[in-house]
Amino acid sequence: MPPLTLLPFEKPIADLQAKLEELRALSAKGEVDVDAEAGLMEKKIQAMRQKIYGDLSPWQKVQVARHPQRPYTRDYLEALVPDFTELHGDRLYGDDRAIQGGLGTLGGRRVLILGTQKGRDTRTNLECNFGCPRPEGYRKALRLMRLAARFGVPIVTLIDTPGAFPGLESEERHVAEAIAVNLREMFTFPVPIVVTVIGEGGSGGALGIGVGDRILILEHAYYSVISPEGCAAILWKDRAFADRASEALKLTAQDLHQAGLVDEILPEPLGGAHQDPPAMARRLGEAIGRHLDELSRLSGDELLAGRYEKFRAMGVYAEEAAPAETAPPEDADAPPAEPAD
Amino acid sequence: MPFFRKRTYRNADGKRKDMPGGLWLKCPSCSEILYKRELDDNLGVCRHCGHHFQLTRDQRIRCLAEPDSFVEFDTGITSVDVLGFTGTDSYPDKLAGNIRKTGHKDAVSCGEARIGDHEVALGVMDFSFLGASMGSVVGEKVTRLFEHGLERRHPVVLCCASGGARMYEGMFSLMQMAKTSAAIARLNAAAVPYIPVLTHPTMAGVMASFATLGDAILAEPGALIGFAGPRVIKETTQQELPEGFQRAEFLEKKGLIDLVVPRSELRATLARLLDFLCPSPAAPEPV
Repeated sequence: MPPLTLLPFEKPIADLQAKLEELRALSAKGEVDVDAEAGLMEKKIQAMRQKIYGDLSPWQKVQVARHPQRPYTRDYLEALVPDFTELHGDRLYGDDRAIQGGLGTLGGRRVLILGTQKGRDTRTNLECNFGCPRPEGYRKALRLMRLAARFGVPIVTLIDTPGAFPGLESEERHVAEAIAVNLREMFTFPVPIVVTVIGEGGSGGALGIGVGDRILILEHAYYSVISPEGCAAILWKDRAFADRASEALKLTAQDLHQAGLVDEILPEPLGGAHQDPPAMARRLGEAIGRHLDELSRLSGDELLAGRYEKFRAMGVYAEEAAPAETAPPEDADAPPAEPAD
Repeated sequence: MPFFRKRTYRNADGKRKDMPGGLWLKCPSCSEILYKRELDDNLGVCRHCGHHFQLTRDQRIRCLAEPDSFVEFDTGITSVDVLGFTGTDSYPDKLAGNIRKTGHKDAVSCGEARIGDHEVALGVMDFSFLGASMGSVVGEKVTRLFEHGLERRHPVVLCCASGGARMYEGMFSLMQMAKTSAAIARLNAAAVPYIPVLTHPTMAGVMASFATLGDAILAEPGALIGFAGPRVIKETTQQELPEGFQRAEFLEKKGLIDLVVPRSELRATLARLLDFLCPSPAAPEPV
């Protein structure tokens, strides 16, 4: 594995690491004994990391969620589902590599597991379209989930996508409809569904495989109605304000948990999931298994009723008692307005 | 009494911007000059080129429902600044401005109405209210509309228009997509018809939920309909977009829209479809 990429806000850690390297180089030449000094330095690095990661801003979390060495869906599959058997294609158009899924055993339970997949280099990124699914990805997911529902297999989904692909062919093949149908159909599968946001939860493209009985999220993952850059472009007319937008959107795991929109936050290894992928995978596997165990005690009808109620309750608004008579609208005679866009 | 009073200019505060200066308007499509009253009489459709102007929700209700049959419900629901949104401008101010401008509390009005011989649950979205973006209020009212239709076995007709999810309410907005779609799953299971009418423009989060989940999907001529906006697509992919891309007619050809229906024929078309789908609307469901 190549050395871990350091994020801009990790500069203090980088500086300390450089000093440590210098010390080690000296030690290697046998010029001075630096063991004590190096140990101290390592402690310092650890403390610095604790300090930085204990107080990440929303925008910094977005950067951790996008870390190029963060474990992706396939990494978790390799770690957690040794007998994973991939099933390809939507049987309508093609096989979208931005969503991959299949059958396998997770912690002793058979599952249908699928997730959005990003690439690590140019070749795999082109193959996976940078984790941005096209309509056939959502339709493959639907096909696989229907298969699972038919055979009573619990469904596990992993979300890590900047969003659905906004391209000509996505529109021509109706990506909006593909997502919408998944939303509707995921309320009809009488098997447990556990959803985990493992990295980026990019808007409708994430939600398209995101309806479930439990919604989990990794400590530094984010889930947002719009990308911070997109929000900044609209509100500040400049994508450079993405940091401010990240704060405004309340998109962190902690914000979402507080809002009651996710059920559990899975702690990440210090410095992010990429610092210790095997530990992160174990924690993820344990959490999914625990929730599947709980859910497996419920009947199909109970699952469906609970899932409906869970999402039905999402939303915050004020409501006053309806007035006895509706006031006549002000603008009854106003002319037809032109679109504002 | 002060000697000097601050002068107020009507347009300076953004109020009543859409009020025309006179009785005449120019069609943005064919540039013909239109007499406003004649345009209103023609349901907001240009008599020269057929361009469909956007309607206010009251005009829309007059266009879809039998005269005086619409009775609105859930009128007391208002949006709250749940995130304490810290953007460039305050969400409560935006809301207040839009409430003043439209005379309505949020972007959708729902109620009972009659179309042809059918008692229907009718919703109309209003693009002039914050781009008819979907926050908790729109999601809740639309969900209640579906539940209302389900309880009474009344078909649901929802006239859609939207720029997408409402950013100011963050993830609460996104989850309205799932909530509304869940309600449609129940309508489908009970075989209660649901027909969305897509008007200009219907995009993003609304498209990726209830707008595309109809038993039949109707659209008005020329309406812009899609997931990502044309500018986003161009900027992200550098692709050249074909003529008529994301317009209702284009999507009818591409297989998404069942029927593009001119505004003047909407009510009759809806009534006919409902006649086919629920032939005896008055007959109670056998138990």
